[in-house]
Amino acid sequence: MTTAPALLVEDLSVEFRTRAGIVRALDRVGFRVGRGETIALVGESGSGKSVTAYAVMGILDPAGRVTAGRAMLGGLDLLNAKPSALAEVRGREIAMIFQNPRTALNPIRPVGRQIADVLIRHGNVPRREAPAQAVEMLRAVGITDPARRAKAYPFEMSGGMCQRVMIAIALAAKPSLLIADEPTTGLDVTTQAVIMDLIGELAAQMGMATIFITHDLALAGQRSARIVVMHAGHVVENAPTAELFAHPRHPYTAELIAATPDSAANLDQLAAIPGALPDLRRVDLPPCRYVERCPRKLAACAAPLPQPAPDTSHFVACWNPLPIGPETTTEACTVSAA
Amino acid sequence: MTDLAAPLPRDSALVAFLRQTRYVIGENPVTGFAFALFLLIVLAVVLGPHIAPYDPLASDTAQALKPPSAHHWFGTDQLGRDLFSRVIVATRLDFFIAVASVALVFLMGGFAGIAAGFYGGWTDRIVGRIADTIMAFPLFVLAMGIVATLGNTVQNIVIATAIVNFPLYARIARAEANVRRDAGFVEAARLFGNADWRILIFQILPNVFPILVVQMSLTMGYAILNAAGLSFIGLGVRPPTPEWGIMVAEGASFMVSGEWWNAFFPGAALMVAVFCFNLLGDGLRDIVDPRRRT
Amino acid sequence: MTALLSIEHLAKLFPVGGGAGTIARLKRRLAGGAQTLPKVHAVDDVSFVIAKGETVGLVGESGCGKSSLVRTLTRLVDVSDGSIRLGNRELSLKPARVFARDRDRARIQMVFQDAGESVNPRFTAFDAIADPLRRLRKLRGGALRERVETVADQCGLPRQLLTRFPHQLSGGQRARVGIARAIAVEPDLLVLDEPTAALDVSVQVVILKLLQRLKRELGMSYLFVSHDLSVVRLLCDRVLVMYLGKIVESGPAAAVFEHPVHPYTQALVAAVPRLHGGDGARLRLSGEPRSPIDPDPQVCRFYGRCPRGEDSCKTAMPALRRFGDREAACHFAEGFLPQPKVVS
Repeated sequence: MTTAPALLVEDLSVEFRTRAGIVRALDRVGFRVGRGETIALVGESGSGKSVTAYAVMGILDPAGRVTAGRAMLGGLDLLNAKPSALAEVRGREIAMIFQNPRTALNPIRPVGRQIADVLIRHGNVPRREAPAQAVEMLRAVGITDPARRAKAYPFEMSGGMCQRVMIAIALAAKPSLLIADEPTTGLDVTTQAVIMDLIGELAAQMGMATIFITHDLALAGQRSARIVVMHAGHVVENAPTAELFAHPRHPYTAELIAATPDSAANLDQLAAIPGALPDLRRVDLPPCRYVERCPRKLAACAAPLPQPAPDTSHFVACWNPLPIGPETTTEACTVSAA
Repeated sequence: MTDLAAPLPRDSALVAFLRQTRYVIGENPVTGFAFALFLLIVLAVVLGPHIAPYDPLASDTAQALKPPSAHHWFGTDQLGRDLFSRVIVATRLDFFIAVASVALVFLMGGFAGIAAGFYGGWTDRIVGRIADTIMAFPLFVLAMGIVATLGNTVQNIVIATAIVNFPLYARIARAEANVRRDAGFVEAARLFGNADWRILIFQILPNVFPILVVQMSLTMGYAILNAAGLSFIGLGVRPPTPEWGIMVAEGASFMVSGEWWNAFFPGAALMVAVFCFNLLGDGLRDIVDPRRRT
Repeated sequence: MTALLSIEHLAKLFPVGGGAGTIARLKRRLAGGAQTLPKVHAVDDVSFVIAKGETVGLVGESGCGKSSLVRTLTRLVDVSDGSIRLGNRELSLKPARVFARDRDRARIQMVFQDAGESVNPRFTAFDAIADPLRRLRKLRGGALRERVETVADQCGLPRQLLTRFPHQLSGGQRARVGIARAIAVEPDLLVLDEPTAALDVSVQVVILKLLQRLKRELGMSYLFVSHDLSVVRLLCDRVLVMYLGKIVESGPAAAVFEHPVHPYTQALVAAVPRLHGGDGARLRLSGEPRSPIDPDPQVCRFYGRCPRGEDSCKTAMPALRRFGDREAACHFAEGFLPQPKVVS
């Protein structure tokens, strides 16, 4: 991989101060997103996938702190940048869409104006021309009768339409990276399909990289070239989609697949993941946060986890990963020593 | 964020409630202070007449208008009565006025409000018009009118205060009940065999109560001030009953001639009490609302 | 199998715009306009049967009328037309307001979608489970406590958690409370409205297995409402597909999923993300659904959005026709039926 990535996250660690103690929400999270590539961050609630996105965007809850790591967007480290530099980049180079479209939009501002705001601020569009371009953006995201809809308020639109508006706002300044945090949770499956298609088409047109954050493994698999699996604040596996489904190497990934309804022919074949998430407030958290629920643990698992080597296609943070089947892939799967 | 379960409470609901109380008081020093003050006031209410050094009604004209001294900590009033004793004993009456007013307006306004919010339709319209009528008057003038018509007794002062505050409670209760009318748990309650009146009292009211609690503590302060105001214009309690408001009213005329203690001490007591009730509001809500419990 | 619940020609209409009250009606009369209000046909001529011990799934997009159907069926709202028979008893006659005290109230119960919303935030888990027992079974004191604990055990809810409030419980634990209080009175029919929608995939597995086990142990029938077709496929014997107030397809769950007949079902199945396999892009639906307000009774509800639209679709409403164990409401259903396998 010789071209510079759209985003490179390394060693990202985040803590939250709460009444009940310090929560070590993320621990040395790292992954890369190539230019124009679509990847998915997959995990259950508590895995830290949303926290990762919020940290990268610089919109963590005030109780949260980035304690280590870099997030390189082009040449800029988002985590250590000055607020003015961040303000320039957010919206222009990197944009985000959220789970609940209706609450993420300003309820008292017509949607056309909200898009125009971004065009003026980040798109270098003169104020006079912004409304017309906003209407064009609405058309591009598939809203019928865009001239009329531009004057509507979010509460007058359906969930699917609000989500399209949010996409329009995010893409107005043609960012090089889009982070989509559960963009279709709560939408009907038919609407979900259409919205995901839309994001895919626009990303392809604009050469934009995309990070999908979702708990739905099947959705992630369908729409992204690469999947990063997270558990309790760690990246446990990172592989191209087909590879991940064919040869999951981390025990958690395998369990996650086995728990997805689509993977089973009947209910008896579906398996729950044993154990529970560790309490991230614990001071004595083991280096591997899955070890206490893992059926494959060894003595070696008390050691700090392996870190990804550069140019690894299929990374597993495990000392005892599941074996690959006889039909090994050509890409090297490295488990490098820490 | 990780879905963390708190350590298992092995105690009963009462102990948990007390623990929550202690936590809330400890966490916010202002609340703790307000609580301490409140306890002091309650102590004065309960023990007042017993710890007063002098009989609050005993006049001794030879000792009239003496400034604060070792014998009379707050000085004496124009009839030679010990001001300290009067102020302490007055706590009981003023506290009663405050609590009774708040209880009455909660019952009237709270129930009318939740019924209006829950049923809508004609109930809502009628309650709304009553509230509008009350709000059409300047509130203090209305209180004056009610007390002047019914006679200036303590009961009527309480009734007047309750009526004047009715629209506010009704409006708050109505808004909260309206939001919860379609809530999942109301539907669930119907499914489990609860008749509408049960839903109102056992499902909706407990959710509305914490929100009204903050308002109630503010109203307690207002009730005392209202009574004081009425006393000032002669529509309050009748002398020689010790009550802060009437003491301030009587003592005001002596300010000019330099006998400041007559109005100052009852005024200070009034201020401290209202201050305490206002501070109490937030702390009370944190205790009563289980959602604030970690 | 004997029929437990029989729904016939059920309709639920909501008036829209202006209100149905006395004053609003007077205003309209004075203004000289139409007397009757336009109505949303939330549920329109729906008929189906749930047999004893059967799990029937109900799927459809938001706005299709599943919530209205469920609320009408469970007698939380009144019926506009049609019949609901539970065993021998016609349930649609009594007004919903009064039905809460009916002797058959306990026979149909419901598990709600979001247990965080549907359990009173001021009730402990114990109170929540005890409520139906107090009201419908008149249990008190020791007998009540015993029954609550038994039910909690059955649902895998640890007894220590009974003193907690909903916001102190995890999503899975709240779901168990919602289930426990619904089965506490041993209903014949349990309606489940998206009970696992808000849960993590692993917790969902546990809850689904729990539901499966409870159904067997207590001999209940289930009506499982969900937008997640993969879950419906696993849990349900039969599935009903709803669109704009009408049932457009029904049949055995696996068969409908494998080989949908109605064009809407085809689009629905194609839209479901699959772990292995394509994404059915050629079956995408465009546009928004038709308006449910006073729809034209002669036009198919799916016309305009359907990839296929012929003249017959806008001149005659397709009836729900039976093809063996499948039903579909489409003029061209025959063309979509699964071909019988040729046995040589």
